Amino acid sequence: MPTIIDKIWDAHVVSSAADAPSLLYIDLHLVHEVTSPQAFDGLRARGIRVRRPDLTFATVDHSIPTTPPEWPVQDEVAARQVATLEANCAEYGIPCAGRGHPNQGIVHVIGPELGLTRPGMTIVCGDSHTATHGAFAALAFGIGTSEVEMVLASQCLLQRRPKTLRIEVAGRLPAAVSAKDLVLAIIARIGVDGGTGHVIEYAGDLVRALSMEQRMTLCNMSIEAGARGGLVAPDETTFDYLAGRPSAPTDAEWDQSVARWRALATDEGATFDRQVSIDGGSLSPMITFGTNPGMGVAIDAPVPDPTSIEDPVARQALRRALDYMKVEAGKPLLGLHVDVVFIGSCTNGRLSDLREAAAMFRGRRVAPGVRALVVPGSQQVKREAEAEGIDRVFREAGAEWREPGCSMCIAMNGDQLQPGQCAVSTSNRNFEGRQGPGGRTLLASPATAAAAAVTGVVTDPRRLS
Amino acid sequence: MTQTRDPITRFEGPAVALARDNIDTDQIIPARFLKTTSRTGLGASLFADWRMEADLTPRPGFILNSPAALGAAVLVAGWNFGCGSSREHAPWALADFGFRAVIAASFADIFRQNALKNGLLPIQLSPSIHAGLLSRVEAEPGAIVAVDLEKQVVTLPGGETSAFTIDPFARACLLAGVDEIGYVLRQSDAIARFEVARGLAAPHRR
Ligand code: SF4
Repeated sequence: MPTIIDKIWDAHVVSSAADAPSLLYIDLHLVHEVTSPQAFDGLRARGIRVRRPDLTFATVDHSIPTTPPEWPVQDEVAARQVATLEANCAEYGIPCAGRGHPNQGIVHVIGPELGLTRPGMTIVCGDSHTATHGAFAALAFGIGTSEVEMVLASQCLLQRRPKTLRIEVAGRLPAAVSAKDLVLAIIARIGVDGGTGHVIEYAGDLVRALSMEQRMTLCNMSIEAGARGGLVAPDETTFDYLAGRPSAPTDAEWDQSVARWRALATDEGATFDRQVSIDGGSLSPMITFGTNPGMGVAIDAPVPDPTSIEDPVARQALRRALDYMKVEAGKPLLGLHVDVVFIGSCTNGRLSDLREAAAMFRGRRVAPGVRALVVPGSQQVKREAEAEGIDRVFREAGAEWREPGCSMCIAMNGDQLQPGQCAVSTSNRNFEGRQGPGGRTLLASPATAAAAAVTGVVTDPRRLS
Repeated sequence: MTQTRDPITRFEGPAVALARDNIDTDQIIPARFLKTTSRTGLGASLFADWRMEADLTPRPGFILNSPAALGAAVLVAGWNFGCGSSREHAPWALADFGFRAVIAASFADIFRQNALKNGLLPIQLSPSIHAGLLSRVEAEPGAIVAVDLEKQVVTLPGGETSAFTIDPFARACLLAGVDEIGYVLRQSDAIARFEVARGLAAPHRR
């Protein structure tokens, strides 16, 4: 009895030889400026074309400025990288939503938005957060640049079949607890390498009750648990989201597609290599205290104390992380001074995230001395937010409302922390220096980030809502 | 298949250790160095934030700034090496610095794939042997480690040997000096048949 992961895998195997990985057909290849230039150079050196430009879609997100398009570009090197992508796409006939294009945005935000991401597909991108697309029951994972070149050249990828992990979440999300809190809790539980070698199926009542945007947040961070991908079986929520999207099928084709998509669900009695159960009803807002996404606690719980850890290596790692973060062990982070708040990224840069944050900002002001940066995930998110007047809520509160892009999630575009600054961020990585050399990152939900912005310290969002 | 790079069979060289778990790709090469459109010259940015102060002067205590790191061929690190981003700049930077193998207790999936495609061997040893090697190389930076990809054996500084496995397909490619893209391109007919069978042959309308 196959799992949903097996079903999608099996439907895409072009060939499998005894001594080689399977050749897996890729339905959608997403491309961005950072991980693609060397791949296009490789094609050029081989003198070959892109096999299926029609199954490839590009955008710019990582290194572009989030300042208004009419402002001069500050960073020549980044500008050259963006221009290189646009030139490569023109040369090879790949559709590209470049800077200022109405469909431009973070690659994992625009795929679903445009209906490019659909159930049962295999999707790759030279980006580890490609797992986001798993929210639509796609087998989606990040690849390196050599693999980008392979997919451009052949529309296929050499892959070994992944192991399967089912994470079953029971219960209902408590008030003021979000999908971000759920995924941070999952990573804290299974560890940053708990999913290595696996693709995760998220299941259970709580997952079924999540909106598509919440499912994207959940699947997005699968890689932070080490998993190649993470997905959710399709249901009415999926179909409702997809219906009417620009690239979604229509009419009779839509009905056939929905019937096909329904059949993807894991069969009754199918077995997974591993199984984990989580009680969602007991979750609290989460926050990270350390230098990887697995170092997270409930916001009102104490930061673990290294002296209470027996394993010397783990003790040393925790001590090092707390030193870097300048965080005190044994007490909650509540009240910790915050310099910057970043709301955005492919984890939490969609409309519902911005609404959640805006609810906290409404009628309040960003605390003195705090810089709050709100970066919509795409041009479409920006338009929709502005149509609702959410941008005004942010601006009236004293936050910066920016152009779409990855921005301070990866700090490649000039939006970054100064050494020593502490940020509460809705992004997905708190590695040392991720948001700028010497910067200290606390990962949290949009509500928790916004609560920190208006109080200037780490604050339990349940206290303000 | 045509050979596209130097085959890798056996090599030996000095090893240095970074005794940390979960070394992520943002440490291996920070994001601000990813604006390049080339794959060469990244060794200068390897572990930049650990190697250099904010004013770009080298941090004296850091192992890659020590004389032992000159000519180092093997990096020994802890568990889950290379977690985080899919940036192939990470193995490019390691290889450009001169490393030919990383020995760890475990690797993140994407890093392992990326490393293999660049002739950088991700060698996973059993936890106890790995722990012994890590402390040995920490105490004695520059100790010589030999790697035999053909036999899948490493020879540790004390002379003991330990077996490892590399994905058999990747290993065959590395031994022959051929790249995987060439292998895939030879299957164009099978790919075309698959596209016809799946109704994907006609250009897709978006
Ligand atoms: S928002 Fe951050 S994690 Fe997402 S694609 Fe951009 S850089 Fe990567």
